[in-house]
Amino acid sequence: MTRKMGYHRILIGFLLVYLLLPLIATALYAFAGKWDHTILPETWTLDWFRQMSLDARFLESLWNSFYLCGISVLLSLVVMLPTVFIVTVYFPRWEFLFKSLVVLPYAIPGIVAAVGLIRAYSSGPIAISGTAYILIGAYFVAILPYMYQGLRNSMLTVDAPALLDAAEMLGVSKITAFRTVILPNILPGVTVSILLSFSVLFGEFVLTNMLVGGQIETVQIYLYKRLAESGHLASTIAILYFSFILLVSIGLTKIGNLMKGGLRL
Amino acid sequence: MKKKRGRRAWVLLGLLPFALLIIGFLLVPVLSMLTGSFMNDDGNAFSLEQYVTALTNAFYFKAIQNSVLISFFSSLAGIIIGALAAYSITRFSPAVRNRVLLMSNMTSNFAGIPLAFAYIILLGNNGIFTLLFHEWGWDIFAGFNLYSWSGLTLVYVYFQIPLAILLVYPSFYGIREQWREASYLLGASPAKFWITVGLPCIAPALLGTLGILFANAMGAYATAYALVGSNYNLLAVRISSLVTGDVVTRPQLGSALAVLLAVTSIAAVWINSMMTRKVAAFTAGPSESPQSKRKTRFLSTKRAPINKTSLSGRESA
Repeated sequence: MTRKMGYHRILIGFLLVYLLLPLIATALYAFAGKWDHTILPETWTLDWFRQMSLDARFLESLWNSFYLCGISVLLSLVVMLPTVFIVTVYFPRWEFLFKSLVVLPYAIPGIVAAVGLIRAYSSGPIAISGTAYILIGAYFVAILPYMYQGLRNSMLTVDAPALLDAAEMLGVSKITAFRTVILPNILPGVTVSILLSFSVLFGEFVLTNMLVGGQIETVQIYLYKRLAESGHLASTIAILYFSFILLVSIGLTKIGNLMKGGLRL
Repeated sequence: MKKKRGRRAWVLLGLLPFALLIIGFLLVPVLSMLTGSFMNDDGNAFSLEQYVTALTNAFYFKAIQNSVLISFFSSLAGIIIGALAAYSITRFSPAVRNRVLLMSNMTSNFAGIPLAFAYIILLGNNGIFTLLFHEWGWDIFAGFNLYSWSGLTLVYVYFQIPLAILLVYPSFYGIREQWREASYLLGASPAKFWITVGLPCIAPALLGTLGILFANAMGAYATAYALVGSNYNLLAVRISSLVTGDVVTRPQLGSALAVLLAVTSIAAVWINSMMTRKVAAFTAGPSESPQSKRKTRFLSTKRAPINKTSLSGRESA
């Protein structure tokens, strides 16, 4: 048994080293001063971080990322909350149709979605190609599967239809019941969906580059453009980006643990 | 009655924003792409020439071939390593298990541009390992070039492994300890057990995951774009330059290639969902030992974070 455990330990050890190595290398590069022909950096510096924090173009791309992702997630929430609610409560029979429609973006690669969007909106009556509008629309579709799955699961977990019936029997309208009973109950699930969608969009590159790459710079686009110019600066951005995603992941896990008691999937 | 119909109208009105957005940003673009792919280069007449070009022109056919090959090999490597690792993870105590899974899930966020960049630091022309191997005089790596077929495959394998672990891991809990005990009691060797019981049991999950990994690699764009730009002839890169290229654009041909890509991808995801149903039929048995029950509960409580990364881990995101 111990001999066997040894094999598993070695395998997992290798796996972790393999998976973490690119991350560690990026982090080293972000803090490295002189590093040309040696295995480890010769000098260390925080200068790249200082440079980055003073870089107006980076700050603008950060702002672009935040507001584009924020608006898209908010739009998705405002639209999807009532939609999922209505479908679960009023049209449970149509749910399979609804589901296959909503999960479609998951099966379609971003590059394909971009081709369709460009074709539809680069000319004609609604020429919004290259603007933030088309990107927000594309983002809305891109996060549909996550939003839908998250919201639907939490509605079913709290058994929204039964709660509504109970509330109605006590003489409250469905809208009020939704606001005062369902919404507070699904709040953790909603938060998870929001965080998840946000982190997905924050790392989005294909759609952003093809739809608005020349016009609007998000963090990913900026990172790509910086790759060729300054590797050190690019690695500080990559590390910053990854730390941000890490925080979001930790947040997701924490909320997931909090929901352990109530949430049964 | 009248009041009820009025309420019905309100309900439908609530679905309106969703319908508008879906039509505007999903259905219309998809339709536009489909119709575009069946048009000639001028876009004024019905024609099958784009598909003929895509499948017979050596250049575009090569792109499809390259994409299929790199997707196939990287998925195969990913699933083999991922399945071995996932099985090893199940052998650890819950605390270690959680930590390893968390790490693996975390790295699945590391894809696209940042990943390509990290590999440049590691294995690029002045990369850490390139220098290290040079210093040690390891000639076998002298022929290795990150900005080529082999380098690209290596990076693809990297983002496939965490996804494979994530998707295959739960299926190992479908293999009950009693089956193993029973087969050992009947005199089977561990190898025999795996060949006759273990592997057939997880085979649907492996096949389904292979489908997802394949689709994931076919649609991958950011990594290849950052690493080799548009020099390397891959389907996704080709589509992008046909539609938004600087020199010449042929949106109709790009649409046809995109339709082909979408068909493979949808087929792969469909295979996965069929296989998942099969796995569910396997694992959702009524007779569970207390031990396996505990394990399933552990899984179900962890469902939220697992779900999360299984979706966001996709490179195409």
